[in-house]
Amino acid sequence: MLLLPLLPALIALVVFFVYPVAMLLVRSLEHGPGGITLYWYEYLFRQPVYIRILINTVRISIEATAIALVLGYPLAYFLTRIRPTLAALLAAIISVPYFTSALVRTYAWIVLLGSGGVVNQSLVALGIPGAPFQLMYSETGVLIGLSYILLPFMVLLLFSVMNGIDLRLMQAAASIGASPLRAFVRVYFPLTLPGVAAGCLLAFIQALGSYITPALMGSLRETMLASVIQQNIDKLDQWSLAAALAVMLLAFTALAFALFNRLIGLERLFEAKW
Amino acid sequence: MRRGLGESIAGLGAVATVVLTFLLLPMVIIAALSFSDSAYTTFPPPALSLRWYAAIAQSVSWRSSFLVSVAIASGSTVLALALGLGAALALTRGHFGFKKLIYTLMLAPLILPGIITALALYFFFAPLRMVGSPLAIVLGHAVLALPIALIILCATIQGVDERLEQAAASLGASRTVILRRITLPLIMPGLLSAAVFSFLSSFDEFFVALFLSTPTFQTLPIRIWSTLQYQIEPSVTAISTVLIGMTVGALVISQLMKAASARISTS
Repeated sequence: MLLLPLLPALIALVVFFVYPVAMLLVRSLEHGPGGITLYWYEYLFRQPVYIRILINTVRISIEATAIALVLGYPLAYFLTRIRPTLAALLAAIISVPYFTSALVRTYAWIVLLGSGGVVNQSLVALGIPGAPFQLMYSETGVLIGLSYILLPFMVLLLFSVMNGIDLRLMQAAASIGASPLRAFVRVYFPLTLPGVAAGCLLAFIQALGSYITPALMGSLRETMLASVIQQNIDKLDQWSLAAALAVMLLAFTALAFALFNRLIGLERLFEAKW
Repeated sequence: MRRGLGESIAGLGAVATVVLTFLLLPMVIIAALSFSDSAYTTFPPPALSLRWYAAIAQSVSWRSSFLVSVAIASGSTVLALALGLGAALALTRGHFGFKKLIYTLMLAPLILPGIITALALYFFFAPLRMVGSPLAIVLGHAVLALPIALIILCATIQGVDERLEQAAASLGASRTVILRRITLPLIMPGLLSAAVFSFLSSFDEFFVALFLSTPTFQTLPIRIWSTLQYQIEPSVTAISTVLIGMTVGALVISQLMKAASARISTS
């Protein structure tokens, strides 16, 4: 019943998404004439440079996600404790950076952090010793830029999860003698954990595939997976190697989902309205 | 104990203010610098002017990239809406198996890292000699906008009282008539919201456009990207502010639509 209107979308999705992504997998298994082979994966793992990039990508993504969580959690919690109309207004304002292109958000930080940028101008004007600092083209720059990209999403997701938690539970804990801190740590925080896990998972996946921020704010040492995928197409014309690298990225994404499913359950992801 | 709670809320407020400032200040500074008279990133601007807006308006390459992006975003929005509306109607009103699975599958383009989708589409379109073809980018962007349109439309249709449609059906209205006379007018605000966000997603999209653009055919984000490879340019500051302004506009429209939707369902 009423299946027909679904078909055009389903066909478009299969032709322009499922099939191309599947062919990506096939291409990563092609080398020379005939048969499938793991040649490109062996090649990849024999090159220290690719191993280092894989490790870097995962490490930088974890760090940026952690920073976004540490900054985002208190802000989201604060939004649940103020007047709902004010919270809604602030959430709407936070959606502006969320929906603004990552390119623009990264550019803003380049202007702020460059050697003649706004931050260094202010530090010099304040007479801070050692200023101007080298803030760009380093891991610091990449982490600032990336966590900034992830932060609005993290705040909005945590806020929507926290909105579903009954604050009277904290009052109940207080009424039986728990201090505010204890009520928070023992009652409230555990209830937010599924939301925290969902936010971290999605932020981590977004960080894994990031390209603009490490390319513009990092040095060669902060090269991430997406950059080498693009270079293998654009400069080296190595399609199968690019495909193998993309499959690695896909594998990391799938691994993150599997881990989440094991610990929390994938259905919790769709409970969190976002 | 009461005071303890109050103090911790005040401390929380201080932390929240710092984080909120971190979130908003970069955008505010970019917007302020775009009205600067200076070619340097001196903040606050020494004098105000519209010279960088004049510069982008007069530049042939910025103008053409802007128009390319508008055209591509329009095309992919129309496609995403048409596909998304059909899918949303089927998924909310239809009775068949695997609904949740299909819905999840349709959200996949939103979750998969953009570079994977872009590379896959590059391999797909390259043998067809469609790299640099506007149609290829429109199709790619439509697939990426489809989940956005679908989420908004499903939520909107779920908010429409199904009994209105059943009442029309019991009076002998055909499925097409019900859709045209009952459902569509009721979900019009949601449809507009879906259009706005689909448009924005295509207008800002980076990876598919990067892989399928050529130096002579570039969308606005790719033009910004290739400019930034060489230098920090004040005109990019003005373009960025235009993009931030478009985001604000989209959010305002979606809020208005939400209000309109609430009015429709109560009247």
